[in-house]
Amino acid sequence: MTKPERGRSLLRFASPQHFYPLAGRLAPWFAAIAILLTAIGLWLGFFVAPTDATQGQVYRVIFIHVPAAWMSMFIYLVMAFWSAVGLVMNTRLSFVMSQALAPTGAMFCFVALWTGALWGKPTWGAYWVWDARLTSQLLLLFLYFGFIALTRAIEDPRRADRAGAIIALVGAVNVPIIYFSVQWWNTLHQGASVSLTKAPSMAATMLTGMLVMAFASWAYTLAVVFWRVRPMILERERHTEWVAAELERAGASSQAAGGRA
Amino acid sequence: MLSTFLAVLRRDLLLAWRGRADVLVTLAFFIIVVCLFPFGVGAEPNLLRAIAPGVLWVAALLACLLSLHRLFAQDYADGTLEQLLLSREPATLWVMAKVLAFWISTGLPVIAIAPAMALLLDLEQGGLPVLILSLALGTPILALLGAVGAALTLGLRGGGMLLALLVLPLFVPVLIFGAGAVEAELSGTGAVAHLLLLGGGLAGALALAPMACAAALRISTD
Repeated sequence: MTKPERGRSLLRFASPQHFYPLAGRLAPWFAAIAILLTAIGLWLGFFVAPTDATQGQVYRVIFIHVPAAWMSMFIYLVMAFWSAVGLVMNTRLSFVMSQALAPTGAMFCFVALWTGALWGKPTWGAYWVWDARLTSQLLLLFLYFGFIALTRAIEDPRRADRAGAIIALVGAVNVPIIYFSVQWWNTLHQGASVSLTKAPSMAATMLTGMLVMAFASWAYTLAVVFWRVRPMILERERHTEWVAAELERAGASSQAAGGRA
Repeated sequence: MLSTFLAVLRRDLLLAWRGRADVLVTLAFFIIVVCLFPFGVGAEPNLLRAIAPGVLWVAALLACLLSLHRLFAQDYADGTLEQLLLSREPATLWVMAKVLAFWISTGLPVIAIAPAMALLLDLEQGGLPVLILSLALGTPILALLGAVGAALTLGLRGGGMLLALLVLPLFVPVLIFGAGAVEAELSGTGAVAHLLLLGGGLAGALALAPMACAAALRISTD
């Protein structure tokens, strides 16, 4: 950490002290990108994309549903990745990242389930069917809850970091097992009566709208995680000099701006 | 190495034997959970026969879950765990011995009484061997996965509920293949595929879970 030659490398952002201002600078940009892309994506999805021949207007929920489902799975992988990095390299920031990602992942997971239920009622006639995808998504939500609950229940941050990292990795190993077991269970029980994979081929505007929304979710995730990481870093590094200086500076500027806390 | 394994195994089994009441409570819990289902869903024999494999498996799973907190709690409280971690013996080894002792003292009694419970639910006789086999292959996986959760939640407030939240999603595949094996046997498709998958899961859990558990114990006692 103290070696001066590492100062120019990108790795310096692995140090909380350097990452803190970077996160602060990047977050508003990603937030702006997220808002812009969401506006474009929703406009494409709700006004430009044609009505689906078989499902009518209901299908338009996919512009939120599919990106949310993608993000929920992808964020778990990223979380497990940072956990592994933290355990192997012993970097403090990795654990902070994985814990900052978890609530957003759980949120996307919930959004995917909720919008899926709203889509399922008019399409399948039921809010919930024990389809393999739905079930594994539900279990993924439980994995997120477990990770969040464990890291919040342990008061010592060192222990919380490592315990959370282990459960995230155990979960990541189990995710494919859960997915396939649920799929086989599903086919054993009721046969593939409902299938999302046999959807009719998509119009280009639909795909564009969905991809734009997916990028919006990425940008949103990055913005929120950067914002969430900053106070977590301050709390953990509160005994260091740079945090004291940072807080003093923030206090001075907020006083100048009219006492906003 | 083997002597360490056997010493820890003997010690834990002896402790389990001296505290027989705990084992009996687990067994009673298993029996009562199974008996609750007819009250809940009605005593229609056809219905009970249909849900019997699932009910027995869910009950066995819950019985395992309920006793998991005992796995390391006592050793953690009296400092034995730290001594074991400080010793030169590989942690995966005695973790495996402890999990095996745990399974012998809670899993085996449940397996032994499961056929009697199957009679209560009027499960067809042909399904009994597969039921026992699936429990014998599946409950060690539950114990191994649960040990990781128990190690992570060691000494935490509200650890019991947290432990359930952590390990229940991981138990789902075992439940699917365990109960599925019995149903497949009864429906005539044969249980071999399910039992092989359970066996594969057990091999995988035996290889990976003790390592994760040992790492978790180090973190928890740090």
